[in-house]
Amino acid sequence: MSILEVQVSGVEAVDLTKSYGSVKAVRGIDLSISPGETVALLGPNGAGKSTTIDMILGLTQPDQGWVSVFGLSPAAAVRAGKIGGMLQSGSPLDHLRVRELVALMASYYPHPLDVDAVLGLTGTDGFSKQWTTKLSGGQAQRVRFAAGIVGDPDLLVLDEPTAAIDVEGRHEFWQAMRAIAERGKTVVFATHYLEEADAFADRIVIMARGTIVADGPASEIKAMAGLRTIRATLRDADLATLAALPGVNSVDCHGDTVILSCSDPDAALEALYRSFRGVRDVEVRGGSLEEAFRELTAEHTPATQPDAKEREMMR
Amino acid sequence: MNGAMHMRYEIVRSIRNPLTLGFTLGLPLVVFLAVAGTNRHGTVEGISVPLYFMGAMAAYGAMLAAVQSGGRIALDRSKGWTRQLRITPLRIRTYFVAKIVVAYLVALVSLAALFAAGTAMGVHLAGGRWLELAALLLVGLAPLVVLGIALGHLLTPDSLTAGVGGLVAVLAMLGGAFGPVFTSGTMLSVVKFVPSYWLVQASRVSVGGGGWPGEAWAVVAGWTVVFALGALAAYRRDTARV
Repeated sequence: MSILEVQVSGVEAVDLTKSYGSVKAVRGIDLSISPGETVALLGPNGAGKSTTIDMILGLTQPDQGWVSVFGLSPAAAVRAGKIGGMLQSGSPLDHLRVRELVALMASYYPHPLDVDAVLGLTGTDGFSKQWTTKLSGGQAQRVRFAAGIVGDPDLLVLDEPTAAIDVEGRHEFWQAMRAIAERGKTVVFATHYLEEADAFADRIVIMARGTIVADGPASEIKAMAGLRTIRATLRDADLATLAALPGVNSVDCHGDTVILSCSDPDAALEALYRSFRGVRDVEVRGGSLEEAFRELTAEHTPATQPDAKEREMMR
Repeated sequence: MNGAMHMRYEIVRSIRNPLTLGFTLGLPLVVFLAVAGTNRHGTVEGISVPLYFMGAMAAYGAMLAAVQSGGRIALDRSKGWTRQLRITPLRIRTYFVAKIVVAYLVALVSLAALFAAGTAMGVHLAGGRWLELAALLLVGLAPLVVLGIALGHLLTPDSLTAGVGGLVAVLAMLGGAFGPVFTSGTMLSVVKFVPSYWLVQASRVSVGGGGWPGEAWAVVAGWTVVFALGALAAYRRDTARV
């Protein structure tokens, strides 16, 4: 490959807009994903995640704006075999055995992976002769995963890939996924599980009400929500007094442990030491992703909501 | 990629559906044996009963096969398979060709079974006539094959299961598959425009000599084009999650 052919763009979306009747599913989002990046799309139901994914895949035409995949239109990228995926709400094709289905998917792509290697990687080799209609929910999900990756696409799109899998299976799924991502693939996945996004994605895009409300690495997202937690051991504390301390937003307690959610942890800490004797085991942490997520996607517009354009310029 | 494996598995999948396949192949055969067996020497509009119903039931079986193959599309759609296929490099043309080939293969088996049963019931035709009859049946089937594909992209599996049998029965009946419905008058000239009419009447022209009149070719071609445009539009529109 000559230097001129090096791909510089992965997925580019500009002013992407889509309405269904009077419902504005996606309201003019801008999104730029570099090749090799693993991006989690987070958001409550109805945030516009699936519609965004459908537009990236070329399954839905945007009303306004455009999207390109490796410099091509989604349709051209699909024809070139650059896109693979695992869509929501699918069950494997019937009247086929597991291995047949994976081999069939491989046959559509110009440079597929070895079918047996994929069966091994996805843990589907143990039941490769089983009929696709006779699988448990977790098995079916793995088969769909195998079918999605066997074409060795450069962009892998997964819409809630672990929705039907138990905790154990989820762990195995992400291990297999990591092996794929390490081969330089671009991965975009939508999920409800925040810990998956936190653990696996290089970058998290949070959507709410058809717009992107936060975009960055997990640590940055947590900071964006502006929350820190102070944990301390404090016997017989009066919760109302604690909640009234400067910089404290809310208070929670478990036995002798009090947990303060703070917008200004420095002020809160100083006030805590001044007001209460016998404070021990103090620990200050960044807020959890879950707290940040709730803050950012709440129905009211959070004061800390970053402006998408502004952040784009700061990069 | 080439579409060879896609084609092979489409055929394999239809064979692995023995209940639907058995019904599609068996029903017209049973009706034929019941009608022709009890009235081997009678005539319908100057044609021997076994011959008339052999052609008519071959048409009925082919129609069932054609529309039911399309109906399988609705099932695939409900499983999200059609959406999954759309993000692979599989070409639309290969997709449609495979659907059409599968429909015709099942129809051919139905045709062969009916011809064999007809021979057993004493139907005699010159070699060329057999070929002519088969050819007209296959050509006359074209609009029904395309209609099946269009319906598969428009309807849900539930409405299709309920609708396909009834729709095919009505089309077959209007065409005269269970005996001529209209033999003269205004209704006869109307019913000649039904997509299935000339298909069912294929056996008649084989006996009476000559092929279809020009009118027949026009009706068959017209419906094929109309349904094909409908199927293509339905496929293009049909990207939504079902």
